[in-house]
Amino acid sequence: MKFIAILAAFMLLSGCSGNWGWYVVDPTTTKGMINLKFMLSGMYYTILLSVTAISISVVVGLLVALPGLSQKVGWRRFNRAYVEVVRAVPVLVLILWVYYGLPALSGITLSVFWAGVFALALSDSAFQAEIFRGGIQSIAKGQYEAAQSVSLNYRDTMRFVILPQAIRRILPALGNQLVYMLKMSSLVSVIGMQELTRKANELSVSEYRPLEIYTVLVLEYLVLILVVSAFVRRLERRMQAAEA
Amino acid sequence: MNDQSAPVITMRDVSKYFGDFQALKSVNLDVALGERVVVCGPSGSGKSTLIRCINRLEAHESGEIVVEDTVLTDDPASLDKIRGVVGMVFQQFNLFPHLTVLENLTLGPKRVLGLTEAEANARAMKYLERVRIPDQAEKFPRQLSGGQQQRVAIARSLCMESRILLFDEPTSALDPEMIAEVLEVMTELASSGMTMIVVTHEMGFARKVADTMVFMDKGEIVEVGPPEQVFTAPKSERFATFLNQILNH
Repeated sequence: MKFIAILAAFMLLSGCSGNWGWYVVDPTTTKGMINLKFMLSGMYYTILLSVTAISISVVVGLLVALPGLSQKVGWRRFNRAYVEVVRAVPVLVLILWVYYGLPALSGITLSVFWAGVFALALSDSAFQAEIFRGGIQSIAKGQYEAAQSVSLNYRDTMRFVILPQAIRRILPALGNQLVYMLKMSSLVSVIGMQELTRKANELSVSEYRPLEIYTVLVLEYLVLILVVSAFVRRLERRMQAAEA
Repeated sequence: MNDQSAPVITMRDVSKYFGDFQALKSVNLDVALGERVVVCGPSGSGKSTLIRCINRLEAHESGEIVVEDTVLTDDPASLDKIRGVVGMVFQQFNLFPHLTVLENLTLGPKRVLGLTEAEANARAMKYLERVRIPDQAEKFPRQLSGGQQQRVAIARSLCMESRILLFDEPTSALDPEMIAEVLEVMTELASSGMTMIVVTHEMGFARKVADTMVFMDKGEIVEVGPPEQVFTAPKSERFATFLNQILNH
């Protein structure tokens, strides 16, 4: 937070040199306030898009990770193929493909929002799958044996014994993915999603002050992500405290 | 159905390989209802593998294992039936670290035996009292000493009302001052008529509790007999040497 204040102070000072035109986003003027509100209104879709996409990608990632841990070669191959293929496609390309390509190919037309969610979730699911696989593999063999010795079946073993421990361990990595997702969501602006980046683009086109507007955009992401990080860290601490 | 003399566990020519290494070489063993068997032998002799085969934590490659008339195969039905009868206590306790002691004990009864929360809790408290730590029910495993953790693990097996308990070196991971409290609980269990197979180096416990001593070496059962007989007059050179080593260490 101190860092942001220093950054803001630096920009205000340098604004005096004449190269900056902070009036476009000056909250003390009516015009500046309208512009700022316009930019901040993108926060809604940035958050909604990211949270929806990561909720889906966590579930899909888990469903893809489980076959990767199977004894059967066929299941493991499915897992590898999914991860390798999905991971290889750039997110921006995936967004464009889902929005423009999918309707032509399948007749399914998704709204901008759902096309964005679909592309982001698909892309992230490959990484989630790897995170879950690592987390589950880190649980000692003795935990499975103990579960077997009290006759738990595979589903109950995963649900009550393995996953609760694995999720605790991968929480920092899941937090990372959420931060990554918030940033990736900016790419959905290219198909017209009215999120932070799109709002900044539109304002910049009408106001001709890209430097100031994109600086505010940087600060918007910075604040958003610092808040999310702090929240994730608190969650981690609470989960650890529950066991201590 | 089971008269006193009929074996509840029968192992016939059981062999087990880990790659090229043969961990069990045509092992034969009968365990009767209520019998207390202590298995000893040098490390790598196959004693842990022997009991891990009985509830199929390891799958044997050849031979036959029968537990209470059920032949042990990969068929899930036979596996469920046998694991329902056979409980296991591990060297490293293997408690579920994210669950409280009470939750550790009630998970199986609730999910597998279909007990209600109240029934499972009542049963858990009964067995916690039996292993003398009812006051630790709400704690997490890491807050307990090793000896207490192992007693919780024993109670967890008891909660499944297993008729046969397997112990895989239950005191080997414990500090010396905690071994006694675990052995005490095990001795009590033995006197209650539980069928037990115990892999251990605790010869004092073996002498006091065992009906049958089994000595294994290099994947074979070398010597079997009542403790008073095998301790005083070992028939094989290998067992005599082993006894000498661990009794005079």
